[in-house]
Amino acid sequence: MKIHFVVTISRQGKVRLTKWYSPYSHKERSKVIQELSRVILTRGPNLCNIVEWRGFKVVYRRYAGLYFCMCVNQEDNELEILEIIQYFVETLNRYFGSVCELDLIFHFHQTYYILDEILIAGELQESSKTTVHRLIDAQDSLVEAAKEKENTVSYIIAQ
Amino acid sequence: MNPFSSETRLRDMIRAIRACKTAAEERAVVRKECASIRAAVSDNDNDYRHRNLAKLMFIHMLGYPTHFGQMECLKLIAAPGFPEKRIGYLGLMLLLDERQEVLMLVTNSLKQDLNHTNQYIVGLALCALGNISSAEMARDLAPEVERLLQFRDPNVRKKAALCSIRIIKKVPDLAENFVNPVASLLKEKHHGVLLTAIQLCADLCTVSEEALEYFRKKCTEGLVKVLKDAVNSPYAPEYDISGISDPFLQIRLLRILRILGHGDADASDLMNDILAQVATKTESNKNAGNAILYECVETIMSIEDSGGLRVLAINILGRFLSNRDNNIRYVALNMLMKAISVDGQAVQRHRATILECVKDSDASIRKRALELVYLLVNETNVKPLTKELIDYLEVSDQDFKGDLTAKICSIVEKLSPEKIWYIDQMLKVLCEAGNYVKDEVWHGLIVVITNASNLHGYTVRSLYRAIQTSGDQEAVVRVAVWCIGEYGDLLVNNIGMLELEEPITVTENDTVDVIEVAIKHHTSDLTTRAMCLTALLKLSSRFPSCSQRIKDIVNQSKGSLLLELQQRSIEFDSIIEKHQNLRSALVERMPVLDEATYSGRRAGSLPAAVSTSQGNPLQIPNGVHKTAAPLLDLLDLSADDPAPQSSSSPNFLQDLLGGDILSSVSQSGTTQPQKSGADVLLDLLSTGSSLAQNGSSTADILLISQDNKNKTSVNALDSLSSPMANSAQSLPASSIMDLLDGFGPSPTVPNDNGPAYPPLVAFESSSLSLVFNFSKQPGSPHITQIEANFTNKSSDIYTDFIFQAAVPKFLQLHLEPASSNTLPGSGNGSITQKLRVTNNQHGKKSLVMRIRISYKLNNKDMLEEGQISNFPRDL
Repeated sequence: MKIHFVVTISRQGKVRLTKWYSPYSHKERSKVIQELSRVILTRGPNLCNIVEWRGFKVVYRRYAGLYFCMCVNQEDNELEILEIIQYFVETLNRYFGSVCELDLIFHFHQTYYILDEILIAGELQESSKTTVHRLIDAQDSLVEAAKEKENTVSYIIAQ
Repeated sequence: MNPFSSETRLRDMIRAIRACKTAAEERAVVRKECASIRAAVSDNDNDYRHRNLAKLMFIHMLGYPTHFGQMECLKLIAAPGFPEKRIGYLGLMLLLDERQEVLMLVTNSLKQDLNHTNQYIVGLALCALGNISSAEMARDLAPEVERLLQFRDPNVRKKAALCSIRIIKKVPDLAENFVNPVASLLKEKHHGVLLTAIQLCADLCTVSEEALEYFRKKCTEGLVKVLKDAVNSPYAPEYDISGISDPFLQIRLLRILRILGHGDADASDLMNDILAQVATKTESNKNAGNAILYECVETIMSIEDSGGLRVLAINILGRFLSNRDNNIRYVALNMLMKAISVDGQAVQRHRATILECVKDSDASIRKRALELVYLLVNETNVKPLTKELIDYLEVSDQDFKGDLTAKICSIVEKLSPEKIWYIDQMLKVLCEAGNYVKDEVWHGLIVVITNASNLHGYTVRSLYRAIQTSGDQEAVVRVAVWCIGEYGDLLVNNIGMLELEEPITVTENDTVDVIEVAIKHHTSDLTTRAMCLTALLKLSSRFPSCSQRIKDIVNQSKGSLLLELQQRSIEFDSIIEKHQNLRSALVERMPVLDEATYSGRRAGSLPAAVSTSQGNPLQIPNGVHKTAAPLLDLLDLSADDPAPQSSSSPNFLQDLLGGDILSSVSQSGTTQPQKSGADVLLDLLSTGSSLAQNGSSTADILLISQDNKNKTSVNALDSLSSPMANSAQSLPASSIMDLLDGFGPSPTVPNDNGPAYPPLVAFESSSLSLVFNFSKQPGSPHITQIEANFTNKSSDIYTDFIFQAAVPKFLQLHLEPASSNTLPGSGNGSITQKLRVTNNQHGKKSLVMRIRISYKLNNKDMLEEGQISNFPRDL
């Protein structure tokens, strides 16, 4: 099983996150997003969360105004992808504290860092909710520590 | 960091972008930011590099080009600190993909980071490598990754395992190096490591048969035990998803067992018990549980046979199928499709439910269900299933009808037990959804009808009834018109009655009425009307009493602007009028069409044979074509506005030429028949080009000649149309046809005077065609004049029509303005545009061109692109 790409699109068709695990040129990428938003954003509320597209399946799930989409092969387990999306969103929720679209916009890099702790090469790398948090927190504090150090140094120089 | 910097923070930039009300404003903000980032890049600014890269990533997500930031990623990655590396690697993964050569430059940094003492930096490097590694990088860095599979921290081990997946996908011959490390990872307890190791193991098994054998022998038992533990493990909040402990791990375990058990009875035996346990004990009221059941069913289906388990699996699918959750039902339909090959009978049991899914409101489910039904149909159930589907056709969504009719037709064609059933079903489909039926289908139907000689009467009577109720379905009308033309006498005289039929009273006039309605109906297209004319001709012989009425109807098409109809009308009229003695022999019943040939042609995806055999398609002798090309141009130009003059051309020359042409045209036009009028024009045009040699540049001359055409066209038309209108009947029909043939979409032919380059159909779609005509000035062989001619075969008008072309460096291209930017529909005119191509490597390389055509169709932007590389060689 391999996820080919992860895309998050807002209801207005704005892209909030894209991660490509299979080679797509920049041109293809924007085309893919365009096509998918056309198909997915227009689907009614009570339909299934699976769209067949170019011989692949795109599994999507809507959270408020955001559609989280993952593309897999025809023969892959769509129900599991739904769980992976849920897992990703729950992790975001725990990190940001009731996550909203603005969090994903202003802290887009954090979103990517979290995704990178969940998926590599389109495969799931961790199923524990706490481990992902622990790892992200540890890396965030590394960044904080570096910042503080820098500030004191520049502070000293400024003196 | 300098607190007094004027540069905006990331947050402020995002705010500014979000505050933009229009796309133009947004572009302005982005342009400004990009400019300052570029400046920082060229200053080699260190302080803000990571902030700039973050901004660039955001800009990239909005869809703007950000290639100039690629090197910044590399610099950040090479920096010593963790924060810089973190953002650098993120940028690398976001802004680059594996096909960019810049990526090679990062290999060295990656290598250093993979050996870093900080495990998080190692993690970053592994993540980047796993996501975007190219084959070269994979080869270079495989030893590092292999070593990291034994790293002390499990979080690095799991990343290394996934990274290895990428490596062996890129370089499969490295697979064997990973077999042993994976075998030991599979014994670990850490879920992350297990998950990823299983994944890697699965990938190793697919690339290497030896690896598969190895794991099958050494690891099957262990993995079964891991699954047992996972299924029976106590509640652990860390891994719990709606009451199930780590479904992700269970799913992956089931998947690897599937690979190991496939085709191996011993391995399959080992896993039977646990599979039975998962299949029976897993909660199925939540998605996570169903995801596990899904995987379990898949595994049961592909491992070596164990009857009991299969029954369990099919039952699970049955439960899925009746689930209220659409996702589950969708999945069930998919899996049943695979299950057919394993146990067709069991799937057949769910036929009724599946048939219900065809009628679902969800397009994804309908599509799957229809595919499945299609697979379920066989000789025994074809009749009830077809009936169900046809009944549903009546109420189905418009956008689903196309798929549905295609499938029904395919089922009927494939499995029809008898001809009468075939004809009945097809008629039903045509009545319900005739407009969705492909041409091959009704062509095929006609072939079947001609072959069923005992059913001719029955069929034509059924069609007569059908056309009364479903006259709005084009395909019904066509088949009915064809059959009435052939078998009209059987209809009127109730010949060949079957026992089940009710006799109907139809007079000869009623029959002609049907055709008359069809030919006059506003929705009937050219094909239908042409078929009607042929049918009328046939009826005129079958019903002598209606002959005069038929003649009148046929005559009404004499003035048709559609060439095909006009010709048929005129020719058929003369057959009815003058060749009474020939007529009955001419319109004898069609010989039986050969089914084998027909299906053979269909297999070769050619359009059906039937249509060519109904009437005499227009065949025009080749020689006369020559007049068509210039005539076409003239007519087009007169229809559209003349092209705006872009370069100044010598006026006196124009006047001189223009005067000349006008006079000579008026002379010849009045005294001579049209054909020679066209020839004169032709000569004049060539005069224009031969003058060119005398000094002024080629471009100017071209403009002149084009301008001449504008001026003369009106006159030319007058002279052409007047004799045509007056004496259309007395003139032999064919000569008009020949002249007018230029209207059709068929490519035009070069005139005699230019150098002999055949015209080239440069682009052709179902609706649009572009033909290039070439000419060269003697003395400058490297310059080619191309006249591009666009024709629109669809019925819609194209507006804002723009043609663009690009050529490689050894060519120079000059485009003149087009004759118009509006392209009328139905081939009623065209746009011409001149191009001049200078080939600097004349004789060595031939022309190539890339084209793009954009236009608006009902205010919708359309775009066509193409590359032309089949230019004549010596251009």
